[in-house]
Amino acid sequence: MTFLNWAALTPEIFLLLAALVIVLVDLFIDDEQRRYTHWMSQSALAITALLHYQQFDAGLTLYALGNLVVTDPMGRLLGVLATLALMASLAYAQPYIASRALHKGEFYVLALLSLLGIHVMLSANDFLVIYLGLEIMSLSLYALVALRRDDAMATEAAMKYFVLGALASGFLLYGLSMMYGATGTLEIPKVFEVINQGRVNSQVLVFGVVFIVAGLGFKLGVAPFHMWVPDVYQGAPTAVTLLIASAPKLAAFAITIRLLVEGLLKVAVDWQQMLLFMAVVSLVVGNLAAIAQTNLKRMLAYSAIAQLGFMLLALGSGVMGGDTASAGNAYSSAMFYMVTYVLTTLGTFGLVMLLSRDGFESEQIADLAGLGRRRPWMAGVMAIFMFSLAGVPPTMGFYAKLAVLQTLVTTGLTAYIVLAVVAVLLSLVAAFYYLRVVKVMFFDEPNQPLLEQPLGSVGVLLVANGAAVLVFGLLPGGLMALCRDAVVRALAT
Amino acid sequence: MGLLSVAIWLPIVLGGLLLAVGRDENAGAVRWMALAAAVLSFLVTIPLVTGFDVAATGMQFVEILPWIERFNVRYHLGIDGLSVWFVLLTAFITIMVVIAAWEVVQERVALYMGAFLILSGLMVGVFSALDGLLFYIFFEATLIPMYIIIGVWGGPRRVYAAFKFFLYTLLGSLLMLVALLYLYLKAGGSFDIQAWHQLPLPMNAQALLFFAFFAAFSVKVPMWPVHTWLPDAHVEAPTGGSVVLAAIMLKLGAYGFLRFSMPIAPDAAREYAWLMIALSLIAVVYIGLVALVQQDMKKLVAYSSIAHMGFVTLGFFIFSDLGVGGAIVQMISHGFVSGAMFLCIGVLYDRVHSREISAYGGVVNTMPKFAAFAVFFAMANCGLPGTGGFVGEWMVILGAVKFDFWIAALAATTLVFGAAYTLWMVKRVYFGEVGNQHVGELTDLNDREFLMLGLLALAVLWMGVYPKPFTDVMQTSITELLRHVALSKLPA
Repeated sequence: MTFLNWAALTPEIFLLLAALVIVLVDLFIDDEQRRYTHWMSQSALAITALLHYQQFDAGLTLYALGNLVVTDPMGRLLGVLATLALMASLAYAQPYIASRALHKGEFYVLALLSLLGIHVMLSANDFLVIYLGLEIMSLSLYALVALRRDDAMATEAAMKYFVLGALASGFLLYGLSMMYGATGTLEIPKVFEVINQGRVNSQVLVFGVVFIVAGLGFKLGVAPFHMWVPDVYQGAPTAVTLLIASAPKLAAFAITIRLLVEGLLKVAVDWQQMLLFMAVVSLVVGNLAAIAQTNLKRMLAYSAIAQLGFMLLALGSGVMGGDTASAGNAYSSAMFYMVTYVLTTLGTFGLVMLLSRDGFESEQIADLAGLGRRRPWMAGVMAIFMFSLAGVPPTMGFYAKLAVLQTLVTTGLTAYIVLAVVAVLLSLVAAFYYLRVVKVMFFDEPNQPLLEQPLGSVGVLLVANGAAVLVFGLLPGGLMALCRDAVVRALAT
Repeated sequence: MGLLSVAIWLPIVLGGLLLAVGRDENAGAVRWMALAAAVLSFLVTIPLVTGFDVAATGMQFVEILPWIERFNVRYHLGIDGLSVWFVLLTAFITIMVVIAAWEVVQERVALYMGAFLILSGLMVGVFSALDGLLFYIFFEATLIPMYIIIGVWGGPRRVYAAFKFFLYTLLGSLLMLVALLYLYLKAGGSFDIQAWHQLPLPMNAQALLFFAFFAAFSVKVPMWPVHTWLPDAHVEAPTGGSVVLAAIMLKLGAYGFLRFSMPIAPDAAREYAWLMIALSLIAVVYIGLVALVQQDMKKLVAYSSIAHMGFVTLGFFIFSDLGVGGAIVQMISHGFVSGAMFLCIGVLYDRVHSREISAYGGVVNTMPKFAAFAVFFAMANCGLPGTGGFVGEWMVILGAVKFDFWIAALAATTLVFGAAYTLWMVKRVYFGEVGNQHVGELTDLNDREFLMLGLLALAVLWMGVYPKPFTDVMQTSITELLRHVALSKLPA
């Protein structure tokens, strides 16, 4: 094994080269033929996913570039999933952007680059590499939000996203520098080792941890660092909202694991409290604010805050009194939760795009009225997504919530069981606004003419997406085992 | 694939198929397909009773498959004497619902029929699940079709009623979910209900579990004071929805007490039996009085259901052979009787489009055949000997007399109040002079309605005249249950 070990990084290298080739080829393509760019991007992504899968299948943990990056099963599994999520996002987005003069080569290239950033984060073994990946992803997404540059709302959203994102990056970087000061290294396993040996100034370390957690909170979009989420979700073109809401959440989960669990497990007592605090605040703020929304995208944004809060509950209950026995259980529950959330979110925003037609954004919840009659298949699929987000069986969302609640109850501590009850009561609140969407679709009369447009290939994808949420709801065992296996092996190294 | 799996999945798969292919343009075909599916689903449940070994203790028709390895959840099905009749009742009532909707539901027929078929399969699943999580999944999943049924085909306040139904029930079940997870932890990572039955638990844990289960099941039954969703849901739901709600969904809660609360937390169940008995008596007496003043026929039958279910929970918590046996017989007969009462109201509503008692009068003059059925079911509802309604109430009162005379005396007032509110309604709606022009124009039952009410009347008569097949099947299981509940599970 060489020091550089390029072979371990074939998916990332391939993706970078593909993005560069596509940006060049796209220069010679005019607007009518832009679908070739789409297909080139899709094939590049398919190959990337395949390369990820091969490495995941091999099941090895390899270090490369002088320990700057690591490829382990967890990173590779999330890599496959993030790539597939982007493929689905692009497929959903293509008809939408094609009808809105947004169909530019930049859209695809920036999306590919954001995925590259995600991959870098997934396989980071060094705090600075995490930061590097985060910036690659974030800068691509800022530009994507601003893509509709003559639209006041999109521009405002882009500004807000950029300023707050930059602030969060600053927090994170400041925290990392503290950490460097306390431990003298940026390599994740070494940081772990140094803290383990107790040779650190714990005051500086904990100070750094606070900043790191705050930075992560911004990036995850959980309360009280959630202010940008509703505006960006609503303001960005729906195609871009989908890009922000899907694959990057997997990356955010991965860097939380890398930074806090692989690096700072010893100070779990400190960061777990912060995560649990953020979790409860997110659940309260997200669920209560979502009730008041009339805009579907904004409602989904608040729902995202609450969903991520639920996921944090699992991350915050991995280590009990220094005992890490239940860590694998807790973190794999969080991972399964994220995968479920991304799969469901893909479908919901895909559907919002499919509903909007030329020059008409179908963003209000009221626009869904009578969908059960106008488009029974779409309404059925949307209902599955809503029940999944609400956590009603037999959908995937139920098992995601169940797994998190189980980790909370397994701790056996009264405080955590109380947390579980609080989470459960707040999901009752959440059920209300998800059910309202179902109500509008099925109980209300259509306020638009009955349009029997053919659904086309995107419709097939949508139905497949809904079927996946239902099938994983009936047979969740395999995916759960996969997540657990990946997390356990990531923790073992 | 075992018989129980077929009984669960056949209606679900056929219902799903109906949803996928059915359109309002081919409504006629959809109706026949739904009927065929419902009848087929009923036929496959018959071997469950004919092949049932009356003498055997424990579960029968057991199926075990590994399902979710991460939580050690198993696809574990089985029935005993407590549950077997409910499987048949569910499948039977679904046929009635399909027939009842034949001409009445004209819009989105496939969605209506599909929802009821899926609901039927899910409820059979609740009665036959022996794995805690599997039970919970079926229990919760029933909310979705019922929510759609109330919301789409319901009355003017359907949205309010649908939300109230869903959120009320969900709150109770979510607390039960935490209890299930706690049991899973205590049982060393197992969701096996039968293993939970044997699990020793300290008193405070039992009490917490008992009340968590109470939250879920008392809402579903419903017991006073968490019953308020039921009158709303019943009034707004379409006829089929009311029938399934009263005939089967309420029984899911009562069944939960038998399968979870009593055997898993027996010490707590004995400790808090006074509370359960008190709430049951309030339901019997107070709700009986509330039923007396109702203006709306559906509301009246809804309150009558709550009072009858109070009898069921009373029978459970006096811990005697007669009490539990009577309660289960009462559950089955109430399934037939309340279903039939709601179908009768549906027959009137389809013609006059009013459920107000005052909108009728003298129906017997224009609809003699229908009035005969309606009066018969009303008699069964107030527990006339010879009908199914009598057997269960009689057994529970006998059991209660042995337990405590005054409890029995209070419970027996139901015979007075039940007769009062039912017969008074019958008098005002069916007898007397023709009330108004609408009633004068009524046409009597058509063949479809006659068949539907006739089948139910036969079932009610059979239960009243010859209840032995029902009580025989459940006897061994009841003895087993009571023996188990009498033992303390406190750790030594």
